[in-house]
Amino acid sequence: MAEKILMKGNEAIGEAAVVAGCKYYFGYPITPQSELIEYMAKRLPEVGGTFLQAESEIAAINMVYGAAGAGGRVMTSSSSPGMSLKQEGISYIAAAELPCVIVNIMRGGPGLGGIQPGQADYFQATKGGGHGDYHVIVVAPNSVQEMAELTIHAFNLADQYLNPVMILGDGALGQMMEPASFHDMPVIAVEKPWATTGMGERSEPNIINTLQLKPEMLEQANNRLQKKYALLQEKETRWEEIHTEDAELILVAYGIASRIAFTAVEMARSEGLKVGLFRPITLWPFPKAALANAVRKAIAVLTVELSAGQMVEDVSLAIQCAKPVHFYGRTGGMIMSPKEIYEQIIKIFETKGGK
Amino acid sequence: MVEKLFARPDSLVDVATHYCPGCQHGIIHRLVAEVIDELEIQKTAIGVVPVGCSVLAYNYFNVDTQQAAHGRAPAVATGIKRVHPDKVVFTYQGDGDAAAIGTAEMVHAAARGERITAIFVNNAIYGMTGGQLAPTTLVDQVTATSPYGRQSSSAGWPIRLSEMLATLDGAKFIARVCVNDPANMAKAKTAIKTAFQVQIRGEGFAMVEVLATCPTNWGKSPIEAKKWLKENMIPQFPLNVYKNIQG
Repeated sequence: MAEKILMKGNEAIGEAAVVAGCKYYFGYPITPQSELIEYMAKRLPEVGGTFLQAESEIAAINMVYGAAGAGGRVMTSSSSPGMSLKQEGISYIAAAELPCVIVNIMRGGPGLGGIQPGQADYFQATKGGGHGDYHVIVVAPNSVQEMAELTIHAFNLADQYLNPVMILGDGALGQMMEPASFHDMPVIAVEKPWATTGMGERSEPNIINTLQLKPEMLEQANNRLQKKYALLQEKETRWEEIHTEDAELILVAYGIASRIAFTAVEMARSEGLKVGLFRPITLWPFPKAALANAVRKAIAVLTVELSAGQMVEDVSLAIQCAKPVHFYGRTGGMIMSPKEIYEQIIKIFETKGGK
Repeated sequence: MVEKLFARPDSLVDVATHYCPGCQHGIIHRLVAEVIDELEIQKTAIGVVPVGCSVLAYNYFNVDTQQAAHGRAPAVATGIKRVHPDKVVFTYQGDGDAAAIGTAEMVHAAARGERITAIFVNNAIYGMTGGQLAPTTLVDQVTATSPYGRQSSSAGWPIRLSEMLATLDGAKFIARVCVNDPANMAKAKTAIKTAFQVQIRGEGFAMVEVLATCPTNWGKSPIEAKKWLKENMIPQFPLNVYKNIQG
């Protein structure tokens, strides 16, 4: 598929999953991600894969656990309220160190919330979400093309690190249409000798398990996970910087908010204001060192999110509170305009960085 | 020449189990393992074990096994079966697992006609957590969370899972058995074997409900427990083949 295809973000994730060799999808419909489950329902049978609409998000994520443990390349998707239901299974998948891809096309919350875009699942996605000390790898695309690319990257990372990987999008990215191409994306194949495939020629059974009744053993298992997370923090952070070299004010935003923030940065630059954009692509591991480096010469930082300010904590920690961190956000499915952000930029410059 | 007439099944690991004296999980494990041996599916079987007393069954069954979250074994088994439709996938679950927290997963696996075999051990109480009310607890039965006996006015009535699942088109074999004496053990084994054969023939969902004792949490000796099961549980949960649709 060398040409570019005009498609929705949700569909781009689906097609990229097929390109990545995903053969199994288990999910439950929820707006604004339903195009993805519908795409998989149509597309997977065409490539000899299996689509199954589960009775709930809880069942779906546990089907993913079973399929991943059985060695399948598997994906599920949902939106915010559905992701809350999946958290039990995600904790188990992280504990069992099974590879899978989980898509969250976020909407406004809390509770049933609405069906318009939001980014208020940041804490849930990056800080665990379920019980226990664990992390999923979280990647945050900001275009339809990147939704495709990061989906393939997500499958590769999941298999390489035996860890669930979440694609954290939002209702705007899921619904919007842009051209996407699916060629020249490397798919890494990984052997899975640990999978439960039936013993076959093996003399010992393979066991997928998350129970460790002995505290010493459970601590060892936790230590092993933490070692993997440290490796991920060292090797797998991704980010993008635009006009940060000389910037006095650095905007930090991801996903759809980064597109709006970028327009605001251009407005500011056209007025001679030295403003740059730092966009984390991996939200966990968060590109701490890169952000700390990017803001060295700046006088202040402005975090922009479709939430009440969840990423602000990671931004402040990354720069060790060395600079004032301002925040601008909208919630409930409201999307800010570039002008709203521009006005925040002006305010910060008027107070010389502010406090 | 000496011929060995009775031995541990290959599908059962040679270790002592953790089960309480008089608990019948050991018998049921053995019957499942004997069936796996006789059907020659040890190398192709994949088990899914629950949360509850039998959570450690992965240490006892000598087959590939996944341990599932509480109640989710049928969903996990579904995921495995869809990846390996040619393998034999079974769940082993208790009554809290299959008839309370995981009822939805059990009902929908059956409704889909998921080609898996469920072994459902019903002892009318929560064992591992220390003897609390189960969905299968009998009316007036005393448990840690029904200290005055189960009151139907507030806690409702016991669930008959076999009868419920037998109404679903996707369920092809549903039976309730018990293992309180050798004759019933033989019947239980026949039912378990049939439930695996239904899957092997690709016909649909199969479940065997096995009534079992919990002397520790019932506060009875193993012999008293067997008597209590016969006199109280069987009238509430009649032994029967509730569904047997072949082909």
